[in-house]
Amino acid sequence: MTGFVLRRIAWGALVVWLVATLVFVMYFAVPRDVARLIAGRQASEETLAAVRTRLGLDQPIIVQYGRFIGRLARGDLGHSFNTQEPVLSIVARDLPVSASLALGGAALWLLMGVGAGVLAATRPRSRIDRSVTAIALFFYSMPTFLVGQLLLYLLFFQMYRAGFQFFPPGSYVPFTESPLQWARFLILPWFTIALVTGAAYARLTRGAMLDALGEDYIRTARSKGISERRVVLRHALRSSLTPVVTQFGIDLGTLMGGAIVTEVVFGLPGLGREVVQAILKQDLPIIIGVTILSCAMVVAANLLVDICHALLDPRVRAH
Amino acid sequence: MSGAPPIRGRGPWELAFERLRQDRAAIASAVTILLAVVVALAAPLVAHLTGHSPIEQFSETGLSPSGIPVGPGREFWLGTDGLGRDLLVRIAYGTRISLLVGVLASALAVLMGAVVGIAAGWHGGAVDTFLSRFMDVVLSLPFLVLALALAALVGPGLGVSIFLIAFFSWASVGRIVRAEARAIREREYVQAARAIGASSARIMFVEMLPVVSATVIVYATLLIPSAIAFEATLSFLGLGVPPPTPTWGNMLFDAMAYYKVAWWLLVFPGAALLGITYAFNVLGDSVRDALDPRYEQTIRSGGGDAE
Repeated sequence: MTGFVLRRIAWGALVVWLVATLVFVMYFAVPRDVARLIAGRQASEETLAAVRTRLGLDQPIIVQYGRFIGRLARGDLGHSFNTQEPVLSIVARDLPVSASLALGGAALWLLMGVGAGVLAATRPRSRIDRSVTAIALFFYSMPTFLVGQLLLYLLFFQMYRAGFQFFPPGSYVPFTESPLQWARFLILPWFTIALVTGAAYARLTRGAMLDALGEDYIRTARSKGISERRVVLRHALRSSLTPVVTQFGIDLGTLMGGAIVTEVVFGLPGLGREVVQAILKQDLPIIIGVTILSCAMVVAANLLVDICHALLDPRVRAH
Repeated sequence: MSGAPPIRGRGPWELAFERLRQDRAAIASAVTILLAVVVALAAPLVAHLTGHSPIEQFSETGLSPSGIPVGPGREFWLGTDGLGRDLLVRIAYGTRISLLVGVLASALAVLMGAVVGIAAGWHGGAVDTFLSRFMDVVLSLPFLVLALALAALVGPGLGVSIFLIAFFSWASVGRIVRAEARAIREREYVQAARAIGASSARIMFVEMLPVVSATVIVYATLLIPSAIAFEATLSFLGLGVPPPTPTWGNMLFDAMAYYKVAWWLLVFPGAALLGITYAFNVLGDSVRDALDPRYEQTIRSGGGDAE
């Protein structure tokens, strides 16, 4: 087991390193005047030279790459070109927002998606099954930003006009300030994520449950006289959760690194919105920092999923 | 007895097509898609009929005196946007971008996925390990961040969008094709082809490709809607096909500023986008069911308290 975990960690570190290299090549090997980006258009030649020396841009590319990886290994993500703020403190400020969004959304989509999938699979071809399938396909087909816009339009704006002012427009209140307001401001973003992602989980769970319910061991369980509820929840659902857990690792990791679209639609100051603004302003250190961080999140989530699988199923460890 | 039709052999493709033809949801979605293709082709005609070009700004008739977009009416059937442009004409032109990107990006992704998947499954060993690991890496990339960063770096555009969407979509196809290719590698007919000295390329593309083509077709249909949604998302975030070219994504971005006064900016492009992705997803599900009748059998035999 230890060997398995160590192998997976080494593999994860390799992936992060590959992505870091890819990002470095993307931004530093492409000829462009980074110094001018920082110093501005009117900067004199001396200022530009000073900036180049400070960032090590006058060094050969291989030396720059070595320094880049070295800084990264020490956890130093550099400073924003625009505000000079350390990228690490920007990340530390934005991460709680993205994490609040991701964790609440994940709880909701698991509940809705897996619940709906089980409900549909235990009653195949019934009206419930057809409705679940159709509704899931509806939200599955919608881009996230459209779901967010519709929720804002219907639940915030139309209800506001009707005099029901529960749902707020986009904004954010930290949990430490007021847990109640925190949840109130996050309800619509949570539902946006949960509807879109939950739809995929409903489809996934339904398919896996249908496969499982057709297996011989389910017939055996039924013929032993176990209650249908127990057969479904203990026997069928358990084996159906493997693909769901795998997908969950990828999705949660991606969202922790910033739910870009949801954050933009609802104006949440998380990593996703930060990186979009940085991209539009060409603020390379922020883009690089957040990209590597989100990749590390996905890798870490996958690692946890693999370890969970290995704990549940000894056959996995051999691979 | 003489009236009995002669017995005729029918291939699996013919049977699948037959099943598809009897699926009402599949027919409805195919008609919707066809309609969208017609609208895309006829976009210049729509512009001609209304007399409005997609980028012309009608600051006199297309905006209220206080500068607010005008709603659906006789002059502008679906209303105007924040710059006084005709929404109907823009939606028609946006259909072109969505369909073009959706079809080309998923075709490219499926092609890459099929080639890499078959190569990994056929060769096995070190080639398989390398290609599989590579697909794992691509799948674990935060694709939206990287796609946005790359689009900003090389400058957004139609070709860039297509390439980016294809690059971040092919690996899931590749993984599934690889699994199938590994399974059929040991089949007798592949062994036979090998025994008579067929080249690797011939075995991969003449012997194996037709067998995995059912999977490939299903994936191609299901990738189109996600590619369309991906393109809309890139445009929405300002890094897709740049303005003033109308795309559903950038129209919906514009709608954000006006949704309190101009519902039509949200509703019509949103309905167009949802309609086409929904139609492709329904069709994709139907194609999968038609090509894999076992899937339906699972549904019939499974479940204890089926109605």
